[in-house]
Amino acid sequence: MLHTFVAYVEDKPGVLTRVASLFRRLNINIISLTVGHSERVGISRMTIVADAPDQAADRIRASLYKLDHVIDVDDIGRAPSVTRELALIKVAATASNRSGIFELAEVFRARIVDLAPESLMIEITGVESKIEGLIQVLNETENRVIEVCRSGKMTMRRGHHTKGVLRAMGAGEPEMKPGVVPDAIPDNFADNI
Amino acid sequence: MSTRDEKEINAHLTASTRLTGSEIIWATLVGEGVTTVFGYPGGAILPAYDALRKFPIRHILVRHEQGAAHMADGYARASGKVGVAIATSGPGATNLVTGIATAMLDSIPMVCITGQVSSKVLGTDAFQEVDITGITLPVTKHNFLVTCAEDIAPAIRQAMQIALSGRPGPVLVDITKDAQQSSAIFDFEAAKPAPYKPHPMLSVMNTSLHDAAELIRRAKRPVILAGHGILQSGAGEQVRTLAERMQVPVAMTLLGLGAFPASHSLNLGMMGMHGEAWVNDAIQNADLLIACGMRFDDRVIGTPSTYSPNSKKIHIDIDPAEINKNVKADVALVGDLREVLEQLLPLLPGRDGSAWLNTIAASKGAVAVRDIRNLPDNGHLYAAHVMHDLWRITEGKAIIATDVGQHQMWEAQYYHHDYPRTLITSGGLGTMGFALPAAIGAKVACPDKEVWVIAGDGGFQMTAAELSTIAQEKLNVNIAVINNGYLGMVRQWQEFFYDRNYESTPLVSPDFVKLADAHGIPGVAVRQRSDLEGAVNTARGHHGAFLINFLVEKEDSVYPMIPAGKALHEMIRRPGHNPLVERPDDK
Repeated sequence: MLHTFVAYVEDKPGVLTRVASLFRRLNINIISLTVGHSERVGISRMTIVADAPDQAADRIRASLYKLDHVIDVDDIGRAPSVTRELALIKVAATASNRSGIFELAEVFRARIVDLAPESLMIEITGVESKIEGLIQVLNETENRVIEVCRSGKMTMRRGHHTKGVLRAMGAGEPEMKPGVVPDAIPDNFADNI
Repeated sequence: MSTRDEKEINAHLTASTRLTGSEIIWATLVGEGVTTVFGYPGGAILPAYDALRKFPIRHILVRHEQGAAHMADGYARASGKVGVAIATSGPGATNLVTGIATAMLDSIPMVCITGQVSSKVLGTDAFQEVDITGITLPVTKHNFLVTCAEDIAPAIRQAMQIALSGRPGPVLVDITKDAQQSSAIFDFEAAKPAPYKPHPMLSVMNTSLHDAAELIRRAKRPVILAGHGILQSGAGEQVRTLAERMQVPVAMTLLGLGAFPASHSLNLGMMGMHGEAWVNDAIQNADLLIACGMRFDDRVIGTPSTYSPNSKKIHIDIDPAEINKNVKADVALVGDLREVLEQLLPLLPGRDGSAWLNTIAASKGAVAVRDIRNLPDNGHLYAAHVMHDLWRITEGKAIIATDVGQHQMWEAQYYHHDYPRTLITSGGLGTMGFALPAAIGAKVACPDKEVWVIAGDGGFQMTAAELSTIAQEKLNVNIAVINNGYLGMVRQWQEFFYDRNYESTPLVSPDFVKLADAHGIPGVAVRQRSDLEGAVNTARGHHGAFLINFLVEKEDSVYPMIPAGKALHEMIRRPGHNPLVERPDDK
């Protein structure tokens, strides 16, 4: 099962390696890890997606807290949240076929950020399924995709919404017990601005 | 000014002064109450060693840095204080790693200070440079790389705090040579770390306490699982009260031995892979397990899927990461064991546990180990004899440091530990070579106590060089080598599971008595049971270290044994032809 943790860590040298070393020691695979500055001075924010047994979330949180520079660890679980990642995709395109790719980009609400005689570069932000969708369609034509660069996921909990809004979103309970998996897993695919 | 004057002045260093980094290292350690360190000098730590003579710290020179780490470990286990080891960069630091890992897996408070190459050449593969902070990431609670003198005191003070707080463990402080050589204002008080913040996931909520109390009150077949946490927390009295008031039998982990008196009527003995049958049977048949400061290690539970299937589990531990790791807890009380029990005990009225206790006693009676003294002397010397006689002669009051292997298990089975901090043994990592240096550390910590090394012929050879440390420091440590000519425990596994294919387990060893003699340590060989007592008394009477080479039965195995993957009750029992086997007509 994929677990998503948001950790606030002190912006000090070696913190990243300590976190990575911890996951190695626990024999848990990190699917993605992003880190950057947060709203607090000197504190960085990490989003870690890890593949671990369902009931391992508490243990991972507890182990992260034992690291000296870790200040806070939030297990997002199935709580209502917004997840995004960024991808840059370089695609082979010449004058004859580039308009087809322009149309694809339009459909996926992606942007063209580089245009060269033999290639163009697509920038796309969104949930994982949207990015996977575009890459899949691009791959329908052989040798079209030259490079793919993905950032890994960033996640942030939604604000406190009323029950009505949450129901309309199809989102889970804000404080779901870990290990409880709801029937429908909301992806918020349609919710992309 | 004489060296002694300098030492006195430095001992009372209170005002802030400008000192070199090297002096700051020692001044901070003195301020933290450290009186002894174990170490080995080298290029990158030389400036620090040069400053040592000005400070009232005893330095014990070892013969291998692994010995220094194990000595700091044994010192900590025997005293409860932080053990400190010093080494140089490169190979000196890497030689500490096994000892650090040993301390990590057994949660022992330890601080290792290593020299490092100058900060200007870090990362260039300089002479004797290794990234020791990188290497020790998974085996330390935390580590520091200090590159300037002002950071030395805060790092060491914080290291000491981290080592001792929460779940204790080893901390490494790597100090570059230029940091040692430059100077800074040393202010001990200002270097104080921020107050220790307990783990955010500690929780002993009222609801959990009441749930636990309810489970204990209603249980018909409860068992207390007593582990190392009792010693770390100083909760022996509380556990005893719990056991006696609720009449609950107590099973011990290896590292818990001594936390609850072995001679107490409620003490079942050690549980797990080499625990006696009645202990493991009681656990498998229990309806409630109260785990006090233990982590359900795989040596203790057999396999998770078959462990005590019909019982509820109350897990009391200071480390939230241990909860639900191996065994699912029905009630988890996460905090300091003594504090938790003090909140729990008022909720527990007494109860009559005699029905369950009688059931266990009946099973014990049927399979109780025959008193070894009643066995006919068939001329063979068994390790069990050695352990039992040693226990009897020392009245169970000595500090015993064991190595790893069969002898370690026989010691746990036949030397009954009634007092805390009297068994020094590597449980989690199972490090061979641990015994001799750990015993040295223990003796240094407790000079007035009788200290024995019990080591197999294999493990003893791994760190035998520390005999020179004993000689140089004139330590009175007695050494019992359990010599069977094999890497015993591995041979036992080969006997049971690999069709007696004794691949690479027969061991040729030196004559240990001659080896000891070469170090100026007297010794004697014992081949028969009748010579045992005399040899032990000679050792005890001798003023100084003494070695006894016990030439024991070669192919003897530790029983009971739970094979890997089997359940706790599926143990291999003592075979009929073994003279130590139980017989119904024994008293």
